[in-house]
Amino acid sequence: MSIGLAHYLVVAGLLLIIGIFGIFLNRKNVIVIMMSIELILLAANINFVAFSAALHDMMGQVFTMFVLSVAAAEAAIGLAIVVVYFRNRGSIEVEDVTLMKG
Amino acid sequence: MISAIAFYVFAAILLASACMVITARNPVHSVLFLILAFINAAALFVLAGAEFLAMVLVIVYVGAVAVLFLFVVMMLDVDFAALREGFQRYAPLGLTIGFILMVEIGLTAVNWTIAPAAHLAALVPTPEHLANTNAIGNLIYTRYMFAFELVALLLLVAMVGAIVLTHTDRRGPRRQNIHSQHDRTIAQTLTMVNMKLGDGSRQITPAATKAEPDKETAQ
Repeated sequence: MSIGLAHYLVVAGLLLIIGIFGIFLNRKNVIVIMMSIELILLAANINFVAFSAALHDMMGQVFTMFVLSVAAAEAAIGLAIVVVYFRNRGSIEVEDVTLMKG
Repeated sequence: MISAIAFYVFAAILLASACMVITARNPVHSVLFLILAFINAAALFVLAGAEFLAMVLVIVYVGAVAVLFLFVVMMLDVDFAALREGFQRYAPLGLTIGFILMVEIGLTAVNWTIAPAAHLAALVPTPEHLANTNAIGNLIYTRYMFAFELVALLLLVAMVGAIVLTHTDRRGPRRQNIHSQHDRTIAQTLTMVNMKLGDGSRQITPAATKAEPDKETAQ
């Protein structure tokens, strides 16, 4: 009953599906959508680390660090945009964001 | 054996808390479950032998990103109940797409094997005699230096962008305006008044001491 690559891949796959399901479930709340994106990126990171451990290749872990940095930058910018949008419009409903619609 | 039990426990808590993130009624609870999910993912990283990334995950995500989410959720005065209106309406579509995706991933997952010679294609084989942190440090400061500095630049851009977006120009404190200081001419600030000779001193000089004008100027 040793834990191999397949176990990690199943967990990461389920986490990815939960994240995508979360985007569909909370179509209006942009903050929960961003948390779902964080979950999806976490699933990708688990995949990287699992393959890195299984194949004895450090590249996966180095790349995971880059993914973490990009995810942190994305969260910072996204939340800043949410704050500015709320300040201007008083609402964060995604369906209301039609200012640029032609 | 004990690592297998630990894996199943951590994976179960991870998936359960991920489900709670997307279904929780209160967004503050969502953020707290997100923190729990990240901590359990860090535990999975430790089990896989990636201690450095586990610590980075705890420090960066639990320490920074999740707290940022918490700040924003608490700072915005949003009616979160109104945002959940379409919850039941969107659930069937989401479940359908999630199910299709799960079937696809499952079909892929049962139909692959790792080639026996895959370890020969490893870009950077894991060194046997080094700790995980040492091995990653050796890589990112030598071979992947450019990518590492690019990521640092990306974080700088993100920081500047977030500050530029959220910064509001308050009119309260007075700031130095160097242009207006440089453009100032003498005529704008200084007025020359033609006074008669001795006119100023006559006002402040009392009449009694007028007899000794030499003494006054000496002081």
